[in-house]
Amino acid sequence: MSRNDDISAKGDPEDRNRASPQGDSTDPLSLNRRATLGIGAAMASSALSVVPLRAQSPQVTALPEGTTAIRTLVNGRPVAVTIDVRTSLLDLLRETLALTGAKKGCDHGQCGACTVHLDGRRVASCLTLAAKADGREVLTIEGLSHGDALHPMQQAFIDHDALQCGYCTPGQIMAAVACVAEGNATSRERIREYMSGSICRCGAYVGIVAAIEDAASRMGRG
Amino acid sequence: MQSFRLIRPRTAQEAVSAAAQGGAASRFIAGGTTLYDLMKLNIERPGQVIDITGIGELHRIETAGEELRFGALAPMSAVATDAVVSRDHPVLAEALAKAASQQLRNMASVGGNLLQRTRCPYFRNGAGGVYPCNKREPGSGCAAIGGLDRSQAVLGTSEACTAVSPGDWPVALVAVDAGIELLGPNGPRSMPVDALYRLPGETPQHEFTLAPGEMITAITVPRRNAGRLSTYHKIRDRESYAFALASAAVVLELEGDRIAQARVALGGVATRPWRAPAAEQMLAGQRLTPELALAAGHAAFRDARAGHHNAFKLELGARTVADALIIAAERRP
Ligand SMILES: Cc1cc2nc3c(=O)[nH]c(=O)nc-3n(C[C@H](O)[C@H](O)[C@H](O)COP(=O)(O)OP(=O)(O)OC[C@H]3O[C@@H](n4cnc5c(N)ncnc54)[C@H](O)[C@@H]3O)c2cc1C
Ligand code: FES
Ligand code: FES
Repeated sequence: MSRNDDISAKGDPEDRNRASPQGDSTDPLSLNRRATLGIGAAMASSALSVVPLRAQSPQVTALPEGTTAIRTLVNGRPVAVTIDVRTSLLDLLRETLALTGAKKGCDHGQCGACTVHLDGRRVASCLTLAAKADGREVLTIEGLSHGDALHPMQQAFIDHDALQCGYCTPGQIMAAVACVAEGNATSRERIREYMSGSICRCGAYVGIVAAIEDAASRMGRG
Repeated sequence: MQSFRLIRPRTAQEAVSAAAQGGAASRFIAGGTTLYDLMKLNIERPGQVIDITGIGELHRIETAGEELRFGALAPMSAVATDAVVSRDHPVLAEALAKAASQQLRNMASVGGNLLQRTRCPYFRNGAGGVYPCNKREPGSGCAAIGGLDRSQAVLGTSEACTAVSPGDWPVALVAVDAGIELLGPNGPRSMPVDALYRLPGETPQHEFTLAPGEMITAITVPRRNAGRLSTYHKIRDRESYAFALASAAVVLELEGDRIAQARVALGGVATRPWRAPAAEQMLAGQRLTPELALAAGHAAFRDARAGHHNAFKLELGARTVADALIIAAERRP
């Protein structure tokens, strides 16, 4: 079970997201590095267990009870892990892959802080079983910029002061990028309606709507 | 959350066979926006979860024939924005577009939507919660009756339960006499959406009439029942992204300036998606005026019973029906 299969199965990820070679120790998603970073802690502190697939002998086909093996592309990088079946996509991202951009606000689909894109569509990762990401592509806030060049939506949030504490911001930005792509950023009213799933406790809504209007024109949609 | 066996079938038949083997502890999961949510609260404790989202045949949306046909796994967002549905069938498109958020509509399926559970705060208080709930733990009592009942139902309630049926889409489907197609251990069958729902009576834990292991495969809507002169009007505590305090699905058929037939169903106010025949009868053969619209709204609530904090729903509900009738009539070309 080679992780390179994941890339070929999903077609070419965008260049900026090109997966690093397996085992690259500077790659934050590398299972090697994660193993040293925090798998032990994750296993000890929660119901989540992570078994790097490469650590399994090829003959072993049966997985431990209550686990499932998934292969997915996260921000263009292939990820192959065995997870507790109960794990949410949000916990997989945050606890296992150390991608803490997506936030846990309510954990019940009510606030939008955990918004990520699954196969290009925005979803609440807290109510998505991680197992459902198998064979699919996940995009998080960490995968949005081109290196140091911010995505137009990120820049617009800065330009329009579209945040105070910033806790809701990664979810707002992921929702906003999708909102524009869907064609739902054509007016202030429509932006407000289609962004209503992302709650901002600080009430930065005026700036958020202005940022989306601005970014939508730069993104050439809406 | 209790652990479970996860199964990912590729065909509807495989899914139904797995359900039959899994018995009472088995659940289908589509979007998971109800099921996984309630598993996190320990209200749902399945021993086996069958992920049906990999069954390609159940995602199809067909709008060419006399009957619209929506595969049970079609996402709410896809049906809401379908070109034909949004152009020709506003009552359907609006019921979906005004539900939940875009994130959730991308996840949630139109089939799973029919089986969502109540948002009654005492029910969601969770297993082992301090408040009794007959739906969650049969026989334990109902804390909503005499409690904080602002959001509770005023129609179809019983001594055992006043929990609101929360969905918007089922209300629109009941108004247009939609049907569902099912596949179960004994093969396929179909029935009206209206027949899917039970009244709480003494057994509020039994909400649906599905047989054990039965799967919804599709929803069918007779095209002419859901025409242009229709709307789903939804009143909420905030302008968007909230469950209905009161809602009305209305479809009008006009002959000249008179109503040949009105279809009216109510949401947010009843223990199941609620058809309002008294209002429909009052409207048939009449010219629609604001006065008649309001009278029809009041007729829809004639049998309503309020609790301590939800009496406002009688008047709000009546006016919601009245406004919906006017909105639908104004869509005349
Ligand atoms: C924060 C929030 C806000 C919401 N707001 C609204 C709202 O305003 N209006 C509204 O109408 N809804 C609202 N919802 C509810 C949401 O629309 C439903 O949860 C959703 O439609 C359920 O669909 P699903 O595919 O996610 O179902 P799942 O959670 O996967 O399944 C729901 C139930 O149906 C069963 N099931 C699923 N598919 C099938 C099938 N094909 N055959 C047989 N059984 C099946 C499952 O076993 C489960 O019991 C909201 C939900 C949340 C979390
Ligand atoms: S954490 Fe997922 S919606 Fe709030
Ligand atoms: S900036 Fe604080 S919650 Fe939105």
